Amino acid sequence: MVLVSPLLLACIRAFLDWTQVDLIQRTTFFIMIKLFSVKQKQKEAAESGSGGPPIKKQSPGELRVQKDISELNLAKTTSIAFPHGKDNLLSFEITIQPDEGYYQGGTFVFSFQIPNLYPHEAPKVKCRTKVYHPNIDLDGNVCLNILREDWKPVLSINSIIYGLQYLFLDPNPDDPLNHEAAQVLRDHPWQFEANVRKSISGGYVGGHHFPRLI
Amino acid sequence: MEELQGRWHDLDRLLLRPGNLVGPGFEPCAELRDLLQNDCKVLVIGAGGLGCELLKDLALSGFGNIDVIDMDTIDVSNLNRQFLFRIHDVGKPKAQVAADRIMQRVKGVMVTAHFCRIEEKDVDFYRQFQIIMLGLDSLEARSYINSVVCSFLEYEPDGGLDYSTIKPMVDGGTEGFKGHARVILPGVTPCFQCTLWLFPPQITFPLCTLAETPRSPAHCIEYVHLIQWGQDRVGEKFDSDSPEHMKWIFEQAVKRATQFCISGVTYSLTQGVVKNIIPAIASTNAIVSAVCALEALKIATMCSKGMDNYMMYVGTQGVYTHTVSYEKDPNCIMCSPGVPIEVDCSCTLQECIDTLLNDQRFKAKLSRPSVSFQGTNLYMQAPPILEELTRPNLRLSLLSLMGGNPSGGVLNINDKKLHGVLRVRVSFSKEMDTT
Ligand SMILES: [Zn+2]
Repeated sequence: MVLVSPLLLACIRAFLDWTQVDLIQRTTFFIMIKLFSVKQKQKEAAESGSGGPPIKKQSPGELRVQKDISELNLAKTTSIAFPHGKDNLLSFEITIQPDEGYYQGGTFVFSFQIPNLYPHEAPKVKCRTKVYHPNIDLDGNVCLNILREDWKPVLSINSIIYGLQYLFLDPNPDDPLNHEAAQVLRDHPWQFEANVRKSISGGYVGGHHFPRLI
Repeated sequence: MEELQGRWHDLDRLLLRPGNLVGPGFEPCAELRDLLQNDCKVLVIGAGGLGCELLKDLALSGFGNIDVIDMDTIDVSNLNRQFLFRIHDVGKPKAQVAADRIMQRVKGVMVTAHFCRIEEKDVDFYRQFQIIMLGLDSLEARSYINSVVCSFLEYEPDGGLDYSTIKPMVDGGTEGFKGHARVILPGVTPCFQCTLWLFPPQITFPLCTLAETPRSPAHCIEYVHLIQWGQDRVGEKFDSDSPEHMKWIFEQAVKRATQFCISGVTYSLTQGVVKNIIPAIASTNAIVSAVCALEALKIATMCSKGMDNYMMYVGTQGVYTHTVSYEKDPNCIMCSPGVPIEVDCSCTLQECIDTLLNDQRFKAKLSRPSVSFQGTNLYMQAPPILEELTRPNLRLSLLSLMGGNPSGGVLNINDKKLHGVLRVRVSFSKEMDTT
């Protein structure tokens, strides 16, 4: 044990003068006292035999997504599933079944991955259903501004779901990821509509086969 | 141990003499050096550019027990600034080589290496250190350590912070000619989460721009990284630490850049864009590390008043520093104590929710609260699928839902009417005999 007498003296002096010591210095002082009793602490720890299972640490992203999920307000065309159980909200699936527009009747699944630094960073969203869409490529990458360049921490999971629903109601040919689909939508909207119907019925469009969704 | 003559002369000038600038309670004595050399255990996280500097500075400042943790191996591109490494060390773990080299050069110091990810160590590993030094380039890693250290905080029954549970952290960061050093006393000064806004968000380009109208070398690199990888290497997970993966991205980016008549794609730019790193400058690391090591020395010995609490450094035009006292976020989801409530130890979750709803302090803020504890959702108001799964918990005892710990814990409360997460620190009242 190395608790030294000068320190005890110091304690008394510091306590007498406490009002003149600001919080940070006071804290540092306590930390130093703790350092001095390190040996004793180590002895205690050895006796008690520390260990035990590690506590599961919650990331800021986990805490924030809890809030987002608990406040979800899903339209009747949308549902959510948690493939990893009710306590893992960092990855989930959103299913959208548009009831109007080009994609009416189709079922489209999106996977959401929430980063540990959410909402400082945007969620990673991929479309798991192969779809003929100007803003979604055949690998499921989604071009939605709020998922990347326009993401802000004030946005939420709800905002992204609205954004995805909107993509099906109003595909945007000016910001394409699927170049061919965008071109058709721009030049021949009726042909685009026919292509979408064909794709979601399980046919070939532009040499690519699409799964049957209706 | 044979010691160089005058080895600790400068340190002793700080520790053996009184002065006007010393911290409160500082009493000059030889035991302070003994404390540094024998009792104080310091952890350095990261053995890169900043980590090498930190290890050297701490060892030469008299710290005798240092641990270093890093998951990386040495790359040839590190050698210009990570001065503890030599060409024949390439491929070896940074932590181990750094530890060995410090012990060779500074007699009497014990450096223990940990070649692993920070998440692989359990909570008790981090608890054993008196000071944690961060020499990291990732916000994610900082945030992880922050959550570990904040979880150590305990409070007295009267609501006061138990100072013995504070684990001081000294954080250094550098980006080119800019850097910062900060001291975090969790629960007292702002933690990383309190000041997350200090870190700029990652630059992201619109996917459609990358796919259709690339205009810069970075656009070409990001296209290959985000889109082409998935198309050409189906099912393979991209690993930014794999040199082969990085080389592939680089080569494909060069091809794409040629196609769009863009010049300037280099291997180091590829690494920079993909890993979101800015070129490191050795002098910035040295300056930031020196400030950090000095703060560690102050925390351990009180030989001078500690920094309050954030120093920024800009070395582009001369040497400019500015120190700011940032404020804690009183509602921080990591370091705030939480609003204390006391409930009976037989209380069910439903009764606890009712108590919250009837509490004057929350009345205007809560309508339909959802409750979670650590990683477990105890009760979720939405979506219906989770409400159904968690509804049976309402009848269960809160004490058992909180792991049966009679000293209680912190519940996270979410509610539409709340701006953020409400932290409620539950304590359980003793048996009937007190009433
Ligand atoms: Zn905080």
